[in-house]
Amino acid sequence: MAKAMPSTPLLDQLESGPWPSFVTGLKKLAQAEDKPYADMMKDLLGQLEYSYETRKGYWKGGVATVFGYGGGVIPRFSEVAHKFPDSKEFHTFRVMPPAGMHYSTDILRKLCDIWEKHGSGLIAFHGQSGDIMFQGISTSNLQAAFDELNALGFDLGGAGPAVRTSMACVGSARCEQSCFDEQRTMRSLVNAVLDDMHRPSLPYKFKFKVSGCANDCVNATHRSDFAVIGTWRDDMQVNQAKVKEYMIRNGRKWMIDQVISMCPTNALSLNDDDTLAVDNKSCVRCMHCINVMTKALKAGKDRGVTVLVGGKRTLKIGDLMGTVVVPFMKLESDEDFERLVELGQKVIEFFAENALEHERTGEMIERIGLVDFLEGIGLDVDPNMISHPRTNSYVRMDDWDEQVLKWNARKDAAPRAAAE
Amino acid sequence: MSEFRRPIESGVPDPFPFMHPILKKNYGLWEWHDRPRVGVLRHVAQNGDAVWTVKAGTQRQMDVFTIRKLCDIADRYADGHVRFTTRSNIEFIVSDEKKVDLLIDKLENEGFPVGGTGNSVSMVSHTQGWLHCDIPGTDASGVVKALMDELYHEFKHEEMPNRVKITTSCCQINCGGQGDIAINVQHTKPPKIDHDLVANVCERPAVVARCPVAAIRPALVNGKPSLEVDEKKCVCCGACYPPCPPMQINDPVYSKIAIWVGGKHSSTRSKPTFHKLVAAGLPNNAPRWPEVSEVVMRILRAYKNDGRPWERVGEWIERVGWPRFFEMSGLPFTKYHVDNYRGARVSLNASAQLRF
Repeated sequence: MAKAMPSTPLLDQLESGPWPSFVTGLKKLAQAEDKPYADMMKDLLGQLEYSYETRKGYWKGGVATVFGYGGGVIPRFSEVAHKFPDSKEFHTFRVMPPAGMHYSTDILRKLCDIWEKHGSGLIAFHGQSGDIMFQGISTSNLQAAFDELNALGFDLGGAGPAVRTSMACVGSARCEQSCFDEQRTMRSLVNAVLDDMHRPSLPYKFKFKVSGCANDCVNATHRSDFAVIGTWRDDMQVNQAKVKEYMIRNGRKWMIDQVISMCPTNALSLNDDDTLAVDNKSCVRCMHCINVMTKALKAGKDRGVTVLVGGKRTLKIGDLMGTVVVPFMKLESDEDFERLVELGQKVIEFFAENALEHERTGEMIERIGLVDFLEGIGLDVDPNMISHPRTNSYVRMDDWDEQVLKWNARKDAAPRAAAE
Repeated sequence: MSEFRRPIESGVPDPFPFMHPILKKNYGLWEWHDRPRVGVLRHVAQNGDAVWTVKAGTQRQMDVFTIRKLCDIADRYADGHVRFTTRSNIEFIVSDEKKVDLLIDKLENEGFPVGGTGNSVSMVSHTQGWLHCDIPGTDASGVVKALMDELYHEFKHEEMPNRVKITTSCCQINCGGQGDIAINVQHTKPPKIDHDLVANVCERPAVVARCPVAAIRPALVNGKPSLEVDEKKCVCCGACYPPCPPMQINDPVYSKIAIWVGGKHSSTRSKPTFHKLVAAGLPNNAPRWPEVSEVVMRILRAYKNDGRPWERVGEWIERVGWPRFFEMSGLPFTKYHVDNYRGARVSLNASAQLRF
């Protein structure tokens, strides 16, 4: 006889209303009597209802993994297994999606088939780090499910003190604002450090994120230890005829209020003939005017990336945004990509050697100072790395003259390098 | 160990085999985009190729039947290709303009709302909660579902001054991240310690080190090595709970919900900003958290009413000022809004600039 559906009066209240209901989905899985997961999902619903009743969670961690890997599986054992025995083990696979989260329906169906055979039939697209979350599998089924996912071309993501799964915006695949090849960048950075992803041994988590421009659609600045964000060095591209079309359609007040005055550095003004004047030396590449007039304005042609390091959330010294460590680098040739990957590896190496246990990159930098970090990874200081120079005098400057010489030497070398 | 297969460490999959052929063909060659209607983006490439992206909301925690239904729809209208956004919306890439309206009708009929573009309120970013997390103070799926029911109209219309990104987090680690509005658990009582378990389960020095205010110290309790908390120092953040589950921080009554506003990830116009506390003490009222929705809607109404075009929530408040925000939202201002953690000084008004 089939196991009875649990009574779920509280969860049932999440089936009403217009937004798609996860409860309805969970019930469908629990009622798929011909599937191996139906009983597991009945008890999962039972346990979730119990959480809603008592307002507490009942999952605990533990050890569960697949052969050859130390991470990528989130072990979940129920603390109330005596009440809900069929979902006593409900582990999650974190699986890395194709860069940019592109799928064919063919591959999605294959993923569904695997998870229907070995797991619960419940999949999240995607977790907050960007993993496909295959949620709900018993310990005994882990290896078989992974073998099939892996054979299909998918690999486990990160968990614990390790390099984590990364995200790239849609970028070059479908966005004219993209300043570089986001998908290649993301794959190059992560695939070079898979050992640190699959065998967690860093002080704490380490995240890469890749956004094609300052709109930062994957929240790289704050939500990654190593953010790569697109920008450009030359002048913004302006199509004055299209600018006029926007003006004719929307009016001069609109142009002044919504474009000109909203420039954060007053780099825009309106000429007497209603063309747009751009002070490109003052422009900070924030994207606002380009977002407003998508047909008239574009990033410049000399494009590349900015690298920021150290973004993270509260624990433990408070929120940090990533800060600039590379104001601009080209990212076009194979050598450019190699240089970026090398920088990523260097930062991870420095982090592994110098961070305290459970300290994020940003906290480590906060503790040792940005300059020591830059020296550790071999980068020169640059005024684009600060909001303003120091405001207190408590600092020793024994070798000021040497540092001035260094700056002058770099300044002299720059035009020569550009000319070569 | 010969019975086990060695993993192929293939890393991040190459997206090109799964990408819509027109996206693949025009990779890096796009010229401009616009939004012909809510929920639809049109991208035009340098060679004139065009694609229409239709964006729809999902429940994120999806059963295979729902995923296959979305696949059927994509096969029929979108050449068999989709992608997902960071906020768990699904995007159908349509190469034939005639199919756009048909696809939208189909999605709406199947219960997937189309929207989330431009100045709308997009899907609430989603964590795991009671469904699968080991440390959650609340559920994520339920909070998101209940809120999105309230925000259904705002998802399907572009009526806000600028885009609104709402986040939820089931503990103070805040996996949901920064948001224009963030809905986060805020514990209000120190952890209850099960002293019988600490010695066996917890690496005590690591737990001591984890505390942001040095309130935890080793102690011998009932003859067993354990930990004790200086409850006067404790800020109830719950940081000790993940490395030491016997330090139970979650409580059905004292784990409350707080609301934060003004977080922003982009460098667009203003630099990125962290969200700021505006309301706390809301009950963890499953299954639909009406008190949370009430505060969120109140903030959104004030923003919708008073924000200027392109101002994000934080930028709007930056212009009108915090006194006016508390006035317009009707939320009380208390001593707990004044920061006293590290770096708090920069949040004080060190000027004679005041608003009345």
